[in-house]
This record gives sequence, C-alpha cells and structure tokens, in this order.
Amino acid sequence: MDQLSLLSTPILSVKELTAYLHGMLENDDVLQDVWVGGEISNLMRANSGHIYFTLKDQDASVRCVIWRQHTLRLATALEDGQSVEAHGYVDIYEGGGQLQFYIDTLRLAGEGRLYQEFLRLKVKLEAEGLFEVSRKRLLPVFPLKIGVVTSPTGAALQDILNVLRRRFPLAEVILSPTAVQGSEAPAGLVLALTRIITEKPDVIIMARGGGSLEDLCAFNDEKVARAIAASPIPIVTGIGHETDFTIADFVADLRAPTPTAAAEMAVPNREDLIVALTDLTSKLQRFARHQLDNYLWQLSDLSNQLMSKSPMKYMAFEFEKLADTSKRLKRATYHSMDIRQLNLKDLFGQLTVLSPRGTLKRGFALVTNQINHKLVTSTEDITNHLPIQIEVGDGSFGATIVQE
Amino acid sequence: MSVPKEVEKLSYEQAYEELQSIVDLLDEGRQSLEDTLKLFERGQALAHRCEALLNQAQLKLREVITSPEAEIKDA
Repeated sequence: MDQLSLLSTPILSVKELTAYLHGMLENDDVLQDVWVGGEISNLMRANSGHIYFTLKDQDASVRCVIWRQHTLRLATALEDGQSVEAHGYVDIYEGGGQLQFYIDTLRLAGEGRLYQEFLRLKVKLEAEGLFEVSRKRLLPVFPLKIGVVTSPTGAALQDILNVLRRRFPLAEVILSPTAVQGSEAPAGLVLALTRIITEKPDVIIMARGGGSLEDLCAFNDEKVARAIAASPIPIVTGIGHETDFTIADFVADLRAPTPTAAAEMAVPNREDLIVALTDLTSKLQRFARHQLDNYLWQLSDLSNQLMSKSPMKYMAFEFEKLADTSKRLKRATYHSMDIRQLNLKDLFGQLTVLSPRGTLKRGFALVTNQINHKLVTSTEDITNHLPIQIEVGDGSFGATIVQE
Repeated sequence: MSVPKEVEKLSYEQAYEELQSIVDLLDEGRQSLEDTLKLFERGQALAHRCEALLNQAQLKLREVITSPEAEIKDA
C-alpha cells in the first residue's frame, strides 16, 4: 500500500521542487511587496558590490540580499547591529535552496515614523501655501553680505567658505552658528535665523552636511519651516545630499542639493564676472569708437558740403566771367583802336596836304633867324651877316645874309 | 546724469551697473561728442575698478554678535 502509493506519487527533482516554491512565492502578493523590521548581522559586502546580511529578531532570522544597483540608493552606511526596516520581495535561491529576502529599499528603524511626520507636515504647509512658487524670491545678483546659518564646526561651513572664496571673494560672510542636529537643533536654527536677519544680509544660506533622515529632522521641524517662511531676506538651503528633501527646502526661496551647491547658487562666479566685464569693456570701446567715427563722418560730410558752398567756388566763376569780359573788352578796344589808327592815317594825309611843308614842296621856303629862332617874315627882320636857316620842301640848310 | 560718485568708493555692483548703463548709452549713439568722451573715460575707470575689486578681494568672515539680551528676547 505504502509502496504502491509511493510509486503512484510523482517524484519531483530538487530543481522542480525549488521551481515550484519559486512559483508559489512569486504569486503571493504579500511576499512580493513587504516591509520587514529587524537587526542587521553577518553583514558582508561582496566584491561584486552586492550586500549580503542576515536580518534577525529574538526568535528568527532571514537571509537578505541587496543587489548592487539598489545599494547606491542607500542613505546610510549599514552596520552590524543596526535596527532597520527593509522593503523588498521574498524568493528562493535555487542554488543554495535558501529562502532569501531581496531588498530594494532600506531605512533606519524609526525613520518610518519620521517620514510619516514629514509627510503630514508637508501636506499641511503646502495647503497653507508656504511652498507656492509665487512666494519664492529671486536671489540678489551681487550679494555683498552673506548670512550663513549652520554648525560652526561642520564640513558644510568649510565647503561654503571654499566656494565663496573661489567664486565671489567680494562678499562679507556672517556666520550665525547653531547646532544642526539633536533635540536643541530646531530652536537653535530659529534663533540663529533671527539673529542673522538683524544683520540685514543680502541673502542667507542655511546648510547642513549629509546624514540620515533622523540627522536632518531639525530641518523638517514646523517652527524652523515657519521661521524660514517669515524671513524678510531670501534664503537658499543646502541640506544633506542631492536625494534629501526637507521641509526647509520646500519653504526656502531656493533649494540647492548640497551646501556647496547652495553657496554656488548664492553668488555669481568670479570667472563669469571677469568674462562679463571683459565683454562690457570691449563693448564700451567699440561703441565709443563707433560714436567718434560717426562724428568724424558727420564732420567730413559737413565739411564737404561747406566746400561746395564756398565763396571760392563762386569767385572762380566770377573770375571766369571777368576774364571773359576782359577778353571782350580787349577785343573791343583793339577793334576801336584799329579804326582810330585808320582814321589817324587819313587824318595824317589831310594834315600833310594842309601842312606848310606841302607848300614848301611847291617851291616856297621858310626862313628862320638862327639867333632868335623866329621866322623871318619881313625885310625888317634881317641884318647883315645874320645866320639863318632855310627850310625847303625836302630839307633845310643854313645861310648867312649878305647885304650889298 | 547726476554728479558721479568717485569710482574708488563704488561697490562692485554699483560700478558694474553704472558701466552697463554707460555702455547702453553709448550703444544708443545719441550722446554729444563731449559726453561720448566723458562717458568713455568714466566707463574705463569703472571697468578698472571692477577688475581691481575682483582681483584683490579677500573673503571677510565674522560671526553674529550674540548678546545675552537677544537670547532672552528670542527665547
């Protein structure tokens, strides 16, 4: 009977058994999406980057795996003895025949409560409109006074100062020191903020280095959030790592992923300023040169116009006219002189005819007393031996009177 | 233009802003010759001021004064 029933029952191979278990687990809704709380032990980080450990409580334990790609999302470094809450699915590792918990998300125990609290406050303040984009103020372009609210001993302060020294050393930094962690931190942050506001900085940087959700919880405090919202001065937050969002970040005018980034966002970059200044200086020169060139153009244009209206040009025209006139005058004059010359010749002809010399040519003679150069017109005018000049038609000759 | 402040007394922001407005004025190109030269000279001085501020600046750091009265009042 036993033998028979055994024979009639199908025998599964080990592989078939584990495959069957795998199928069962895979189809169980609870086991595929479950949170498990416990304490870490036998923590081992493999060379492959996967993390293996055992999650246990007083009565039981389960093998856990965090694949490498999920380890990157872990906010805190894991340690043996840590109480954690892990999320993932349960499956069987067929090679080892072990039931394993495959974890994709893990947080420290108690963070779940903190997270609920965080969500509750976030919803409340959001409903009040404290996260409204319209509330966000622009940061000043050139903050000369920068308030920093952070721990005086933390790395965040050094990160901020390093950035400010490198990027914008023109600023004066006023530190308002406060604890950023622990039960005193929320009140400390509010007080530090109140103090820095009395210094009237241009911008306030509120910062803290990375940490667990619990470490950052002061920045999820309602009083801190309200103090930030009430600040008359723009606030930029740089809290924790890139993946951390706190209530303070939501209320602030600007949220930076880290303290370093907050400092970078709060001030302009010196290199950028130098580039902008160089650009502006070259524009200054170009525009001024352009303007002067314009004036030179206008001047040369105007001077050309002036030349075209110059009296010299008018005078040249008048000179030409004058030269022309004078030519005509000359011509006219010569012409009239020619006529006169002709007339003169004519006149000379007439004159010749009428002249006494014409008469002399006909045989008459003129006698001139050589002593007194008077014409001899009467016998009374002569005396014996008187030298005389006798002029006839073709010349003259001297003679002496001889009286008998 | 109002009476210009001594360039050496200007903050970086003031100097930079004035430089920017001078460049804008010159870009418009409606300034008289005399003003153009004056603006250019002033602009150069402002640019030098900005440059000097950027090159010589040393970050100053101080802490807020925490007087006991303030603590009482704020607490």
